[in-house]
Amino acid sequence: MQQIVKVSGLTKQFGSFTAVDQLSFSVEQGDVYGFLGQNGAGKSTTIRMLLTLITPTAGDIELFGLPLQLHRKEILQQVGAVIEKPDVYKYLSAYENLKLFAKLSGINPSRALLMNQLEQVGLAERAHDIVKTFSQGMKQRLGIGIALVHNPQLIVLDEPTNGLDPQGIADIRNLILFLSREQKKTVIVSSHLLNEIEQIATRILIIDKGKKLVEGAASTLINAEQAILEMEVANKDSANRVIASSEWSNDLLPERDGKLLVKIKRSDIPAFNRMLSSNGVDIYSLASRNNLEDYFLQVTAGKQYVGTFTN
Amino acid sequence: MWEHLQIELYKVFKRPRTYLSFAAITALIGVIQLGLWVDGKEYAEFVMADFASSFSVDGKILNGYFICYVILQLLLVHVPLLIALIAADMISGEANMGTLRLLMTKPQSRTSIVLAKFLASSIYTVLLLIWIAIMGLFLSMLIFGTDDLFLMKSSYVVIVKESDVFWRYAGAFCFAALAMITVAALGFLLSFFAENSIGPIVATMSVIIVSTILSTMNIPLFNLIKPYLFTTHMITWKEFFDFKVNDANEAIIGSIQNPQKIVQSATILVIHIVLFVGTAIALFRKKDILS
Repeated sequence: MQQIVKVSGLTKQFGSFTAVDQLSFSVEQGDVYGFLGQNGAGKSTTIRMLLTLITPTAGDIELFGLPLQLHRKEILQQVGAVIEKPDVYKYLSAYENLKLFAKLSGINPSRALLMNQLEQVGLAERAHDIVKTFSQGMKQRLGIGIALVHNPQLIVLDEPTNGLDPQGIADIRNLILFLSREQKKTVIVSSHLLNEIEQIATRILIIDKGKKLVEGAASTLINAEQAILEMEVANKDSANRVIASSEWSNDLLPERDGKLLVKIKRSDIPAFNRMLSSNGVDIYSLASRNNLEDYFLQVTAGKQYVGTFTN
Repeated sequence: MWEHLQIELYKVFKRPRTYLSFAAITALIGVIQLGLWVDGKEYAEFVMADFASSFSVDGKILNGYFICYVILQLLLVHVPLLIALIAADMISGEANMGTLRLLMTKPQSRTSIVLAKFLASSIYTVLLLIWIAIMGLFLSMLIFGTDDLFLMKSSYVVIVKESDVFWRYAGAFCFAALAMITVAALGFLLSFFAENSIGPIVATMSVIIVSTILSTMNIPLFNLIKPYLFTTHMITWKEFFDFKVNDANEAIIGSIQNPQKIVQSATILVIHIVLFVGTAIALFRKKDILS
């Protein structure tokens, strides 16, 4: 599989503050690459460096096998992006904005192509209305239309579901899946909505304080056979003692929101429950989680390791 | 580059703000013309008061050429604000709207983006000057008719023959356009330092006001820097209306008294433009787009 993005030792400093620190990762063709991190983790700075908006302090970026700084123009012809807010020219119509950015992307689009693009993002009926009258969701959809109008091979979406209603979020999710599966496009997507990333990402990168925490295949990170068991009990000290003396003594995780957490195989959950009950632990609630959000919180709590998961 | 310039011009002329300047010019010139149409005779008598005893004027002082000269003197002080309104917004306005980052992700070189934006603001400036010429010169000629141009200087009077005036206005407007493009270049440069357009517009006007004061005050310290201030050279358009005289003290048709001064001023303005735009390009090539 062709490597579309290759980042090595990427670093960005703003004065004495290091926003991105020796970050390395790669994205392959057809990947939906989920880019995760808490606020201020360095996601946007990294994405902006991929798009030449910010100059790296150190490190190398290759896109489509070419050094970004040396082949900026030809590389950006194959890239479409939505960065944070979908800001466009408010005094122009959706059609005019799309046409203008299509030309800036190096194509001379026909009216049919532009209308088709607006149709794809659900704005055909408002094509000639000025953007000033649009809702945030409509602007977001127009931003995505602009990112796609020149048929790029790599699509970079920074928080693409911002301001969208549930239907809009689902539409964007389906669009990303369509682009990836049907059109074989490569998509890098960052979002705070981890369950959305979970549904679409084939690979995931989690960063914190500009450093890589985890990179790997989503299917490996979110192990369906492994679960995080979240327990609300009457007496935590007693429960902790019982677990510490059991076969799951090494699987106890730091508490979160006053609840005990245990990393456990899904098939072991009934036995674990029986063990607690038989040892007199009163359980108020027991919830099994194995989603990305839990995994994300788990790794960003530990923070200081680098892990690489492979298929 | 050409396509990018077309896009920039499209954006400039799609904004309602752009037409404010044209409306303001129309209103200002209209008011001056109306005032001179109604009370022009009194104004001419006031202007001629010092010369009334020694001159007998045959002809029409208050003609279109004279009105245009009055308009240019009054207006060219205020036009920089209208220029700054657009030029100082070219980058800061995009940063404020958030469109700058989207623009910068497109496969265009940063130098080309800056040049296209500067050329667009220069074209806007030239069009504004053309509009002033249409309203101030052509409309005045239509309303007030034409005759010799009678100008009162501090210690002498200049009478430019009717047949010798028009090309001088063409030269004066071209020079004024160069001076205003310098203002546009300054506003354009300052627009790189802010993420809203108010700051650069105010800063541009402040620089012009301070420089104009320095250019005007006759203090030895300021006299040293005067030749290098662009504001000193912005009023050189008036040189087009001073001509050479022959031994009989008659005007030499088609002559300019001090063409070297015009060339020198134009050169200094061009140097300022190159300096402002060059600095803008250098800054923009290294600028991190964080907005």
